[in-house]
Amino acid sequence: MQTIDNPEDVKKVLETVLLSATAPLTLGELKRVFETELHNDFLRRALDELRQEWQGRGAELTQVAEGWRFQTRPEFQPYIDRLNPERPPKYSRAVMETLAIVAYRQPVTRGDIEEIRGVTVNSQIIKTLEDRGWIEVVAHKEVPGRPALFATTEQFLSDLNLRALSELPALPELAKETLFADLPVENK
Amino acid sequence: MNIAVQRELDTAPALARVLGQDWTELPQDLYIPPDALEVILDAFEGPLDLLLWLIRRNNLNVLDIPMADLTRQYIVYIEAMQVHRLELAAEYLVMAAMLIEIKSRMLLPRPQKAEEGDEHDPRAELVRRLLEYEQMKRAAQNLDGISLLGRDFQIVNVYLDRLAAKRLPQVGIDDLIAAWTDILSRARMNSHHKVGRQDLSVREHMSRILKILQGKGCALFTELFPAAAGRPELVVTFLALLELTRERLIDLTQTEPFAPIHASLAASHADHR
Repeated sequence: MQTIDNPEDVKKVLETVLLSATAPLTLGELKRVFETELHNDFLRRALDELRQEWQGRGAELTQVAEGWRFQTRPEFQPYIDRLNPERPPKYSRAVMETLAIVAYRQPVTRGDIEEIRGVTVNSQIIKTLEDRGWIEVVAHKEVPGRPALFATTEQFLSDLNLRALSELPALPELAKETLFADLPVENK
Repeated sequence: MNIAVQRELDTAPALARVLGQDWTELPQDLYIPPDALEVILDAFEGPLDLLLWLIRRNNLNVLDIPMADLTRQYIVYIEAMQVHRLELAAEYLVMAAMLIEIKSRMLLPRPQKAEEGDEHDPRAELVRRLLEYEQMKRAAQNLDGISLLGRDFQIVNVYLDRLAAKRLPQVGIDDLIAAWTDILSRARMNSHHKVGRQDLSVREHMSRILKILQGKGCALFTELFPAAAGRPELVVTFLALLELTRERLIDLTQTEPFAPIHASLAASHADHR
């Protein structure tokens, strides 16, 4: 294969490796596929142009926490579902609430989660989220019992199509405006 | 305040009979057919969730919970759970105790400094927890609304055979050429040995010996064997000497056992010179 240096060929190479990859590719990984060292800015510009070129198609090039990948556009999901009518099972409210607490309050211990939800946290809930690769133990809190501190993973962000935690939907506002003047409510 | 307490005491017995005859005396909002109760209670994620539901259902302000009403309703539900033999989680009992504690604190006369505004409302901690739980509950619903890989969109992946099959070595023209060159060079080594044997013609050595003898007339037997010759060449030289002797072209002579052997052109040849 001849040496690639013009932007059009670079885009074709990027498109090919991204389409054939099974997981998101980071800028570093994309850089490695070229014989010549390309500038990060040059690569980013090429990726950006490629993304624009794919606009209006059934699939799109997106950047998520783990890197760049091609994915189908959500509006076409119903058609994909007709090919494979089996819908993925839904997570229970308990799982989703636990996930929300880990996502917004991380790093949290199991005790923190129980404190907010007001019920004991079933081990199965934690395991479900760990097995999914969405939460992981990042440390242990230096208190008696050294409870595990949970945080969300990069895969969690990628699976939700996000690049960073800051892109999570903003927390619903607490009803502060209806607060009784004499009622001290400390929001953590 | 006394009046309020009195009203609660009056209604308490009626509520104890809630699953008996006195359904209609309950506030309309709280009326749930007993058969549906089990299903509804199963749907709660714990005491905070149940409390929130009660508050929302009765259109109460979370921040201004009428503790008496709430506590009463809450206990009704716990009783219902017992009647229906639902597994009564400890958390619900803890919450009931907490509600009653808050209520009793509120019934106590307030200390004088309450007027100064820094009083601690016994409901504050409950309110904080309710609000935080509700926030997370709604955050969880929002999270569920985000497009999710596998559910709302898929990763595009051009199917490559390497995913299914074991990766096999790749062969190109260059590899073929290299392999063929190898074969050739190895064959050359083999043929070298064969050619070597063919080279050692007896006839050729016969001529060589004759040439030597023609120059010198006579030579030591050992001189006729080339110094650097390998075993095959020595054998062929010996065969050539035997052949020359048989054809009477040379004479081999030895004066006594173990004495040097001499080779010389046969007499007739010598004569021709």
